[in-house]
Amino acid sequence: MGPAFYIAGAVAILSTLMVITRFNIMHALLYFIVSLLSIAVIFYLYGAPFMAALEVIVYAGAIMVLIIFFVMMLNLGPQTAGDEARWLTPRIWIGPSILCLVLLAELVYLILQPAGTAGDVITVDPKAVGMSLFGPYILAVELAGMLLMAGIVGAYHLGRQKKKIVHRFLERTSDV
Amino acid sequence: MNTTMEGLVLAGILFTLGLISMLIRRNIIFMLVSVEIMLNAAGLAFIVAAARWGQPEGQVMFMFILAMAAAEVSVGLALILQIYHQLKTLDSDEASKMRG
Repeated sequence: MGPAFYIAGAVAILSTLMVITRFNIMHALLYFIVSLLSIAVIFYLYGAPFMAALEVIVYAGAIMVLIIFFVMMLNLGPQTAGDEARWLTPRIWIGPSILCLVLLAELVYLILQPAGTAGDVITVDPKAVGMSLFGPYILAVELAGMLLMAGIVGAYHLGRQKKKIVHRFLERTSDV
Repeated sequence: MNTTMEGLVLAGILFTLGLISMLIRRNIIFMLVSVEIMLNAAGLAFIVAAARWGQPEGQVMFMFILAMAAAEVSVGLALILQIYHQLKTLDSDEASKMRG
């Protein structure tokens, strides 16, 4: 595997190290998105371009955005009103930006390469994955669908707010 | 060191980083992110194995990991929301004070 793998792997390890050493959760999530993007580049190098696209769309695009919105939702309040200004200083976004630029340069370099992956990697095209997914593994696909359904119902049930009692005599002193 | 070994070593490093973060953190959102790091490293190992053998099963397993991670994040975030509403903190050690 050429230098592309080493660059993407170094970016992945570096950004994951930054994830586990940050104190601010937003900085950690930004670095984690960079880590996911670099892992997507590695998927592409290992002959799985469809999985690379899924990694970017589902992981970096959906799951991380869900966590970021959740963190933003928890920070509601007048005492954290100045957070937004402090989150956007150059000192904070310069690190993920540099790592992303390294990945972008590597991606452009890989696109400009002639076709065919190097080394002993065997490319598995998405058609074979789809045939396998809806052939012998159809039961597992249905189970994954049921798992997602259970996740939706569970998240709705757990995230429901408790009913607010407005009358002062009916209100119990509910402390933890 | 051939291609498969390099990919597996990278997956191992990422998994270990996630495990370390899981063990040293007390913020419960950071613990959830650590689980995501570990799941991702496991998926990378599956992709590397699929490239090694040229079979689609590794990528199929990665898609299942992806679906499982999505369900896990939604339920986990709802649980964190409940803990935050009840305890007014994200410290996971506070949850040990719960008595049934």
